Amino acid sequence: MSTATIPPPPKKTNRIGLEVVNYRGGKTTLCAGCGHNSISERVVECFYELGIEPTGVAKFSGIGCSSKSPAYFLGMSHGFNSVHGRMPSVATGALLANRNMLGLGVTGDGDTASIGIGQFMHLVRRNMPLMYIIENNGVYGLTKGQFSATADIGSTAKGGSPNELPPFDCCALALKWGATFVARSFSGDKKQLQAIIKAAIGHSGLSVIDVISPCVTFNDHEGSTKSYGYMKEHEAVLHELDYVPFFEDISVEIAEGEVRDVTMHDGSHLRIRKLDRDFDPTDRLAALAALEEAETKEEVLTGVLYVNTHKPTFVDLLNLSDEPLASLPQDMLRPSSLVLDEVMEQLR
Amino acid sequence: MSTLEVSPAEASSGQYAESVVNDFSIQVATVNGSGSQTANTVLMRSLFQMGIPVSGKNMFPSNIAGLPTWFTTRVSKHGHVARRKEIDFLVAMNPETAREDVMKLESGAAVVYDEPLGLKQLRSDVHFYPVPFDKLVAPVCPDAKLRKLVRNMIYDGIVAWLLSIEMEEVHTALIRQFGKRKAKAADLNWGAAKAGYDYAAQTFTKTDPFRAERMNGTAGKIIIDGNSACALGAMFAGVTVVTWYPITPSSSLVESLMVYLKRYRHDPATGKATYAVVQAEDELASIGMALGAGWAGARSMTSTSGPGISLMSEFIGFGYYAEIPAVIFDVERVGPSTGLPTRTMQGDILSNALLSHGDTRHPMIFPSSPEECFTLTIDAFEFAEKFQTPVFVMTDLDLGMNSWMADPFPYPAKPISRGKVLDAEDLDRLGGFGRYQDVDGDGIPYRTLPGTKHNKAAYFTRGSGHNEKAQYTEREDDYVNNMDRLARKFETMRQFVPEPVVTINPKASIGFVASGTSDYAVRESCEQLRAEHGIEASYLRLRAYPFTSHLLDFIRSHDRVYVVDQNRDGQWLALMRLEMDPEMIAKLRSVRYYGGLPLDARTVTEEVVRQEAK
Repeated sequence: MSTATIPPPPKKTNRIGLEVVNYRGGKTTLCAGCGHNSISERVVECFYELGIEPTGVAKFSGIGCSSKSPAYFLGMSHGFNSVHGRMPSVATGALLANRNMLGLGVTGDGDTASIGIGQFMHLVRRNMPLMYIIENNGVYGLTKGQFSATADIGSTAKGGSPNELPPFDCCALALKWGATFVARSFSGDKKQLQAIIKAAIGHSGLSVIDVISPCVTFNDHEGSTKSYGYMKEHEAVLHELDYVPFFEDISVEIAEGEVRDVTMHDGSHLRIRKLDRDFDPTDRLAALAALEEAETKEEVLTGVLYVNTHKPTFVDLLNLSDEPLASLPQDMLRPSSLVLDEVMEQLR
Repeated sequence: MSTLEVSPAEASSGQYAESVVNDFSIQVATVNGSGSQTANTVLMRSLFQMGIPVSGKNMFPSNIAGLPTWFTTRVSKHGHVARRKEIDFLVAMNPETAREDVMKLESGAAVVYDEPLGLKQLRSDVHFYPVPFDKLVAPVCPDAKLRKLVRNMIYDGIVAWLLSIEMEEVHTALIRQFGKRKAKAADLNWGAAKAGYDYAAQTFTKTDPFRAERMNGTAGKIIIDGNSACALGAMFAGVTVVTWYPITPSSSLVESLMVYLKRYRHDPATGKATYAVVQAEDELASIGMALGAGWAGARSMTSTSGPGISLMSEFIGFGYYAEIPAVIFDVERVGPSTGLPTRTMQGDILSNALLSHGDTRHPMIFPSSPEECFTLTIDAFEFAEKFQTPVFVMTDLDLGMNSWMADPFPYPAKPISRGKVLDAEDLDRLGGFGRYQDVDGDGIPYRTLPGTKHNKAAYFTRGSGHNEKAQYTEREDDYVNNMDRLARKFETMRQFVPEPVVTINPKASIGFVASGTSDYAVRESCEQLRAEHGIEASYLRLRAYPFTSHLLDFIRSHDRVYVVDQNRDGQWLALMRLEMDPEMIAKLRSVRYYGGLPLDARTVTEEVVRQEAK
């Protein structure tokens, strides 16, 4: 027994006293180099850095490589790996049952734009309070490389055959039909993706985050428009993003015209620094136009395309009680025997 | 000892020497969209208010306006409420079907008809009462646009005079139907009913034998449809998340629930809702939401019919493996797609029992009356959470959409129980938990709800590939262990499902097994068999699947057991064959009806007599 033990260095913790390890999940089973793994890492960092209580988070996913990934982060959060293309409905039900949960949905391009396009569109239409990350690689990995509905015209499969149908642009769909936070990013852009995920955490309605996330096994070759190489050449970054959480000081002076601050629901600030163009992320039509323009120029536009912090969410529209429905006591749920008598009397 | 009431055989239709009191069927043939629903309801309620047992069945097309509709009110002093094939009193308002409707009548029936239809020439053995509806409606309804609706109320007046229905009761029923807010409409309709009554009194000499007479058979009773009764059950069960997609014949279940919830389930302090109702984009989404909500701790439900169930199949299988509570109302009908969507059937028994792929088995609960729609719905919510699994409440179009006399519903005696849910304190005490571990030996594991503030609370929910700790696995032994536990859980259910209602007749060597709305036809058939053929029968009414030991005991104690199915292929019979030993199966016979109408006693009786003669 030594009396001269050196105290271990204090463990690094966040504002709620948790370590980064508390935000990790199981070991990934995805391929080395898969863009999805980078996204998982960003999720871990963002939730850790913002000091989000992991037991207050619920993870949802559908089916596919992307949808397996919630097992690899936030191990202290409940997770629901549902059925193919139907995660939006599961998340909707769960979040109506417990409106206090922070919902995090992870899906893929097949899960959202092919089999799940219907549920995706209705999720958007409802502005359900949920963070919805599309890990978009344009192909089905688990079934070995078939195209999904986000694959670009002319993009080639690993064997060389080109995709002949036009893609769904999930950001354009989300913009058009009601999502209140719409962003596109690239799994290889650590800083941008972090800022976007953090901003989405602070957003009260539906945030749709389409992340180009290359599939190193089936769609990272010459001819693919979802490869690391293609993104290197074709990514057009809309603006520089910073995120200042509500619990940090925001006293830094900012030059007029250069930076725009968007105040999120929780009081945090999304700080948008202009690059080479003027872009107003509260202007939905401008965002749609920018996407159209980028498509013509064969660019992949990344950044925060749209933020609307005012529109009521589905939970607001339903006028739900503040206490989660799931934990309401019996006296709030079962009307009295007088009510039953009254109803019976009306039926006599 | 039989509890069945012994009653004399009903007189068959024909030329009557004396009156037939409180024992006949009235059929009103109209065109849908013509507003006859109000007139029919008023007529039925008037009889009910006179203390006479009634039942009303609407046979309607899948159409908004313009196709034939028949509404049949059965009046039975014996309290029989099954459909009766024979019509005694016809109100023929629809030119399209009038001839066929008249030709189908038995000799001695009575017909009120729209005079221009000229039906009198068709037959000489029925009693005809021609009425010039258009001439009568004009003076009582100056607004020509409303005449199409108001003329129906004229036949209420005519029928009231012919059957001696008290006009004060017609008036009471009418006021009730329109409510205080529509006093003008009520006045207009009352004028029409009176005009009909006066016309009949001045014009007709009654020649038919049918007559209504005040009795004391409905005291304290209510009239309600099964869908509304299920809705009330759901509200008193404490449902919190309701998801649905419109489909006949289940839409009115949630529509009625929304009315009740809006009225009775807002926090008086804040005005906020203690429930969420979502009309989903389709049935896949509605079951997905119900399961998501059940997973997160809500009492959740969805309501649909067969075609919707087909769409829900994958999710319900998932719910079985992931062990998530949800109540699924299946108001059965004929289908799929187009093809008799407005006709009744018990068509989903077999498919629901085994719904989805893999080794799935689902509990089903079968109410047969509005009272049971209420009480068994509450049981279903308790059952779903106790066993953490999707539960079907199986009704059909006949029970769900038709009007039934019922006793007032009893207030639930037992408090709401949420099943095996661990909270943070439990987790502290236990030091953790295995989501799919069989701690108690009953196959039912413990669960935690999202949001439980404890670092050991979380687990990851997925399909069938998981071990006791909810970790992903494809190991053979893990999979087998889990499947065996799920089988054990299903065995445990047998002790907790609603027991069948068994009526043993000690003189009987044959028995009936039936469920749901077959009940009314089977009970009446027991009387017919005894009175007309001297055949005694016992009866077991199933109220749930999985089967319980009562069924085996019942089959053992009879020589032959007739399994009544409202489907072509004998789905109940097939389900029994899956589980039973050959000597049991050898005793089973089958009575099947699949014409889309509510089952009637005569069909059952004739089939049993035919098979007994073999």
